[in-house]
Amino acid sequence: MAAKYDYDLLVIGSGPGGYVAGIRASQLGMKVGVIEKDKPGGVCLNIGCIPSKALIHQAHMFSHIKDLEDMGLKVDNSGFDYAKVFEKSRKAATSLSGGVTFLLKKNKVDYITGTAKISGQHEVTLDDSKKLTAKNILIATGSSPRSIPSFPIDEETVITSNGALMAQKLPKKLLILGSGAIGMEFAYVWNSFGVEVEIVEILDRVLPIEDDEIGKFVQKTFEKRGVKFHLGTMAKSLEKKDGKVLVTVDKSGTESVIETDMVLVAIGRAPNSQNLGLENVGIKTEKGFICVGDYYRTKVPNIYAIGDVIQSPLLAHVASKEGEIAVEHMAGHKTDPKIDPLLIPSAVYCEPQVASFGYSERSAKDAGVKYEKAVFPYRGAGKSVAIGSSEGLVKVLFDPKHKEILGAHVAGAQATELIHEILLAKKTELLPEDLATMVHAHPTLSEIVMEVMRTIEGWPIHA
Amino acid sequence: MAEKIEMVALSPTMESGVIVKWSKKVGDEIKSGDVLCEVETDKATMEYESMDEGTLLNILVDEGADVPVGDIIAIIGDKDEDVSGIVEEIKKAAKAEKPAAPAASKEATSAPAPKAPAAKSAPVVTSSGKVKSSPLARKMAEEAGISLNTISGSGPQGRIIKRDVEEAIAAGPATQVASTMREQVIPVSKKRQVIAKRLAESKFQAPHYYLKLSINMENIIAARKQINAKAKEKLSMNAFIVKFVAEALRRHPQVNASWQGDSIVQFGRVDVGLAVAQSDGLITPVVRNCESKGIQAIDQDMKVLIDKAQNNKLQPDEYTNATFTVSNLGSFGIEEFTAIINPPGAAILAIGMSEKTPIVTANDQIVVKPMMKVSLSCDHRVIDGAVGAAFLKDLKDMMEDPIRVLL
Repeated sequence: MAAKYDYDLLVIGSGPGGYVAGIRASQLGMKVGVIEKDKPGGVCLNIGCIPSKALIHQAHMFSHIKDLEDMGLKVDNSGFDYAKVFEKSRKAATSLSGGVTFLLKKNKVDYITGTAKISGQHEVTLDDSKKLTAKNILIATGSSPRSIPSFPIDEETVITSNGALMAQKLPKKLLILGSGAIGMEFAYVWNSFGVEVEIVEILDRVLPIEDDEIGKFVQKTFEKRGVKFHLGTMAKSLEKKDGKVLVTVDKSGTESVIETDMVLVAIGRAPNSQNLGLENVGIKTEKGFICVGDYYRTKVPNIYAIGDVIQSPLLAHVASKEGEIAVEHMAGHKTDPKIDPLLIPSAVYCEPQVASFGYSERSAKDAGVKYEKAVFPYRGAGKSVAIGSSEGLVKVLFDPKHKEILGAHVAGAQATELIHEILLAKKTELLPEDLATMVHAHPTLSEIVMEVMRTIEGWPIHA
Repeated sequence: MAEKIEMVALSPTMESGVIVKWSKKVGDEIKSGDVLCEVETDKATMEYESMDEGTLLNILVDEGADVPVGDIIAIIGDKDEDVSGIVEEIKKAAKAEKPAAPAASKEATSAPAPKAPAAKSAPVVTSSGKVKSSPLARKMAEEAGISLNTISGSGPQGRIIKRDVEEAIAAGPATQVASTMREQVIPVSKKRQVIAKRLAESKFQAPHYYLKLSINMENIIAARKQINAKAKEKLSMNAFIVKFVAEALRRHPQVNASWQGDSIVQFGRVDVGLAVAQSDGLITPVVRNCESKGIQAIDQDMKVLIDKAQNNKLQPDEYTNATFTVSNLGSFGIEEFTAIINPPGAAILAIGMSEKTPIVTANDQIVVKPMMKVSLSCDHRVIDGAVGAAFLKDLKDMMEDPIRVLL
């Protein structure tokens, strides 16, 4: 069978969107090539989720030295070397990046190094002028840290998450612009290692896309550890002077100056849609995001786009799922046309961890969705007290009529794991009574989930 | 080292595939990516590419065979490697499996049934007989009064999910016809339990038979009219009926009797029970000693008892031990019916409505008369057919010609 094209599918980008799509497509019988200009695994594995989790884990251990001392151990931390922490995070990234290479190979996906540009409906040209043809093309080029003109990035004193992840020594003081997931995770890490951290947030709340009550809870916990918040405050300009950075901020018309050693710009991420040759095939973008319809298909029927480069939540697991939907659609399989945004879990890995899905009180009100809520504190589960993690809460919003779960928000130890029991219930349309009456092992943190459901049903035992 | 090559799922829904054609033959060198065979799946015919390298040592499945995913179809290994042991083993394993379901496997080879579930179909019923549905969908359907049996599921494996119920509700009247009705589970009250037990006992233990005839009510209606025209309190038709029944029973004591296992009791009194409907069941208050009471006294007793019955105030001695029972559904427009004997009595009289009916007179004239159909249920252990018939005949004669009571 003489092939009309070199590939059934060419994927541009090997992040969690691209490589998962590539493997899935190969499983479905397609001949697939994945093109990557940097390292396999994309931002997630190399300069995102994975190395940051390695830093967070070490920050967690470091910040719990006191717990060891409570046991009578004497810990001499004079030998602490952040460069070693950094190395460990790179090891995790390298190891997993190698894992992606292995998986692609195992699944017979060609890994192609190069920068790709779409040069025709079925054609991609690499930076070495080599041309490849494919029946379908999937754009999975991801995103990069967003910057603001008044804060030119040098990745030394004014850094993005890239600079923060690659930093090999710690400043004395760090000012973070933005209190989203990225800002809060680095605030946690660097604060744990003894850096003085201040955060400037333009909105009036911390973790703005999370539920307000959760944001407040995290803010309080951070403040107890010495992190200072400037809410409702805009960073206007910076000036470098005597090795220091002076940042001018504006809070409701009153300007002041914050002196710091380093500024981390964590105000979001921008889609990588430049220089892709989109104009060659007439694919449109909106604010930089590639426009797609159902099944993540662009205006050009054989070209799809997924992940951070389209307008959907900037999350690795979202990109992966979108990639699966796109290639399953290419293969003619029946699939949902897109991910239900209310079923996407989000996770923030600071301490306390934060995880959520569905409606927050704010978004429910904005959408005019009627809801009731139930909140249960971690303290009510014996396990949380036993492991010294009794600070936290689970909050569930539900429909007053049928008690359908509308959203859930967890802040506290293991929140990013606990969320999934509730999400499974939501996805499969279980009702609170189903979880309330399910036997949960004792002692576990999962009992908190059972108790919040019992709270909805009106009979919490440990409240 | 020899590799066993399994049939793989070439599409996510594939459960088995037919090997259309082997592209390689035993002895061929196989490189990774080479097409081993063509497989017809539930969706299309696809090329099965080898993931292993080596020499094709054995082909275990003939062209045209339908092979379940996971079954071994070939062996690839080093050239000249002896795989006869492995082949033997595989064949043995296959044989061991086959007797368990010989019919099924035969069917599968001749006609591969497409197993991919239709996206939307009739509700899927689980092995326990429940319709597959999510808890939320069940709750919504229940509140909307829609039976799950009328909804087709679009969830995983045909499960009915919220979306399906919403669509069914939106689909409008056609499916909402049922919405005025609701399935309910009603706990059985003590009283209901007693009713159920006693009626079942009676119907299953007493061999019932039924006698039917029509009574011309002309004279009784006229008499009642005359009496009521002058009476302070109007006498009910039931009081008249009970009195005539009592008189007939007095004359036929075999009918006013009870089966006691090793004996039959003929009662020395006529206590007539009257079935009275209640909101939560029924009860038979008993008018005692009807043989020696007049219609007026019977009517008085009945009014008191019925009032108590409807207010749940009857004492046990007021509704037990009737020697005979009367059940009148005439007021509901029932023409005729048969009733279940109310023990310890051995017979019950079921009374239909009085209805203007054309009848043929003795001299072949057709006239219209108010006729009332009655059915007597008898316990054959106590009352033989002729005895029951004589009783009923007497009752009819007296009611049609009341002066006979005095005979």
